[in-house]
Amino acid sequence: MRTNIICIILLLSAANLGMAQQVNKGKQGRFLITNATIHTVTNGIINGDILIDGSTIVNVGEDLNDDSAIVIDGTDRRVYPGFIDSGCKVGLAEIGAVSLTQDHNELGTFTPHMEALTAVNPSSVHIPITRVNGVTTAFTVPGGGLFPGKGALIHMYGYTPESMSAGFQGHILSWPSSGRKHRWDKRSDDDIKKDQEKAQKKLNDFWQSVSAYAKMDNPDGYKPQLSTLSEVANGKAKLLVEVNKKEDILNAIKWVNDKEINAIFTGVAEGWRVADSLAKYDIPVITGPILDNPSRDSDRYDAPYTNAGKMQKAGVLVAIRTNESDNVRNLPFNAAFAANYGLGLEEAIKAITINPAKIFGVDDQIGSIETGKLANFFICDGDPFEMKTRISHVFINGFNIPVESRQTYLYDEFLDRDSGTKIKD
Amino acid sequence: MKNLKQYIVVTFLSAICNLANAQPTGDILITNGTVITIEDGVMEDTDVLIRDGKIKQIGQGISVSGVETIDAEGQFVMPGIIDAHSHVGLDAVNEATNPVTAEVWVGDALNPYDIGLYRALAGGVTISHAMHGSANAIGGQCETIKHRWGVLNPEDWRMKDAPRTIKFALGENPMRVHGERHDVAPRTRMGMEQEFRRSFAAAVEYKAAKEKAAKNSKGLTPDYSLRLETLADILDGNIIIHCHSYRADEIIMLMNVLEEYGVDKICFQHVNEGFKVAPELAEFGAHASVFSDWWAYKFEVYYSTAYNATILTRNGVVTSINSDSRELIRHLYHEAAKTQRYGDLTDNEALRLITINPAIQLGIDKRVGSLKVGKEGDVAIFSHHPLSIYATPTYTIVDGIVRFDRDGDAGDVRVDIDPTSEIPAFYESSLHNHEGEGCMQGVYLHSHSH
Repeated sequence: MRTNIICIILLLSAANLGMAQQVNKGKQGRFLITNATIHTVTNGIINGDILIDGSTIVNVGEDLNDDSAIVIDGTDRRVYPGFIDSGCKVGLAEIGAVSLTQDHNELGTFTPHMEALTAVNPSSVHIPITRVNGVTTAFTVPGGGLFPGKGALIHMYGYTPESMSAGFQGHILSWPSSGRKHRWDKRSDDDIKKDQEKAQKKLNDFWQSVSAYAKMDNPDGYKPQLSTLSEVANGKAKLLVEVNKKEDILNAIKWVNDKEINAIFTGVAEGWRVADSLAKYDIPVITGPILDNPSRDSDRYDAPYTNAGKMQKAGVLVAIRTNESDNVRNLPFNAAFAANYGLGLEEAIKAITINPAKIFGVDDQIGSIETGKLANFFICDGDPFEMKTRISHVFINGFNIPVESRQTYLYDEFLDRDSGTKIKD
Repeated sequence: MKNLKQYIVVTFLSAICNLANAQPTGDILITNGTVITIEDGVMEDTDVLIRDGKIKQIGQGISVSGVETIDAEGQFVMPGIIDAHSHVGLDAVNEATNPVTAEVWVGDALNPYDIGLYRALAGGVTISHAMHGSANAIGGQCETIKHRWGVLNPEDWRMKDAPRTIKFALGENPMRVHGERHDVAPRTRMGMEQEFRRSFAAAVEYKAAKEKAAKNSKGLTPDYSLRLETLADILDGNIIIHCHSYRADEIIMLMNVLEEYGVDKICFQHVNEGFKVAPELAEFGAHASVFSDWWAYKFEVYYSTAYNATILTRNGVVTSINSDSRELIRHLYHEAAKTQRYGDLTDNEALRLITINPAIQLGIDKRVGSLKVGKEGDVAIFSHHPLSIYATPTYTIVDGIVRFDRDGDAGDVRVDIDPTSEIPAFYESSLHNHEGEGCMQGVYLHSHSH
């Protein structure tokens, strides 16, 4: 009897030992990437090594040595800072047609107190699919009303929304547009003008309340819509203004200057038409998607492709976004088209690394490969803009994330599928 | 003598008709490019001569006088790109009033003024399959069009004698439009199957009634029904079915129904789960026209993979990559290249996805889809290899006529300008509503949702 029990215990332990872990997980630790071509973005291209420990880059240079680190051979490989998408919906939108999976568009015109960060779904299937293409960080934004809420900069790894936070949240203003909404917007020119004027008045009236509230010492009552914007009214926090049409951009510039608001403009599809004004008032721009149709039927066919380059040449600080919910992974290709149509390769890389980091005020942490910054980078075997390039390693917060997603699992399973059981009649 | 007079008159009249021929063709010589023929390899420093809209010669050192010449030195010359799924250039896309509308035809609604057609040319696309939408189980007939920008008669955009095609649709769209919105079957995938069965059965009866009446001189022919005529044509193999589909099970369902009725000309469209039943598709001989990486916009595409085109190709299914979008159509060369990131297709395999394969799926592969002597002079020229992210389209040629020229682009190329409009057409760059732009256009006329 006793031997039987011992046998059973031994068998069970053996079974436990034999059960190998089937899921690959991200691992933090001490890593040394050796002999790689490191695209630091801020310090040129270094042929050398990167040493990371925990979540931080400890050293970047040649011939680094560390016996306790896990070595990753970077020979014939390149390292880039993790790409940053400065405007999208990843984590807030799962399936487009299923409205209850969409968490970015709350009811109401004035909802600036909505915080996208808490609504981010860390388990969203979109997250691994995004990071395997080298996009490690994204600014995910609410939309809908005039003040839809605060967008959140998040890293593409974490088990809770707070642990994904990359240290920036920003208020969004959807500037009342004087243009047609889309191809099926059949309002008359007069109606469009009237609707815009109505919305503009709403905005101005609301901002009066916000300004007044911000000046109060001890305001009564629970007014989250007003209190949340005090930091913008006081010039302490930035306001991201979504605006695209030329006239609207110029009016928005006047408005933010008049209200002494520290603004970032987003969208800016017609920025190339007013690039000098944007540069003159030092307004940073987040633009995209680059892979889009021109805003006017009369525009040259490549207007969206050349937009970023024209603004950058006029002196504007430009970051690129996808504005996507399903394909944030296409950020590098958006940047590539901008590069190919006037922005140039170097500036295009900056537009998805150090520029957004600067714009979001987190360039002490991310956006380049430098000692002391967060270990957010990826390793690949060629130009990350080219399709044939393969990304072999992705590091987020120093975690070595498996370069896998549901879409790669499906590839593995179905490339060479067995016949299943076939019923013959 | 009388016969000679008649002969002269007829010849004279035909000559005048030819002068008025508005499906124009041209002569052009492209020199010194890297010519990607698709079916006969890649040739460097090679010339392509097009005469009267047909490829006359491919070789080195072609010399000919009096022909417009394009110097393609350092550039890449490939067949014009073919988009097997598009709604650009159509004034109407969805006759969403009945689950079966085989009698309608998008050719009645061609719009050659659509600026999207020029922008497609600017992306190297010379032919698109202008399709009915996906609101119905059996939709309307589609039209293969050649992008003759500047030609104003819609009739002259049709690719003459291209095989007839028709749109079928499976899955959420027809069920949402008819079952959910109007309480008209089908509401489930079970009901979808029965739509096809009853339609084919009705066509069989119609054909039988006509044949019976033909044999009996005193018999009554059945009432003429263009819907039943078209369905009968499908059963006779005279129309290629292009079926919007996503889920693996519904794809299998339709193949089984078609097999029972002896129909085998089918190209599945979108077919996001095609990779799950690639061997079955290959065995049936069904084709697949897919997105490069669109997914997650509906539940039925939640389990997609960007490796779809690669898996289908590797399992022997004739696969193309399409756009179903006014935006994607502008860079199908980039979309095709994605199979080299999501998979390992070779350069030739990837380029086939946007040239000879869609040509096969549209039944026009004897005429276009590769650069071969005798084929039509549809060419796209790029600054770099078309699969490189740095490729810029420089010339697009249709039937030997330059329809897009990057250096000579006039900027504002509209052929239809509304003089009364003050607000220029301007569309907020919003979240891409994948199907609002594509297959579901015109369905919800009063509530357009993003």
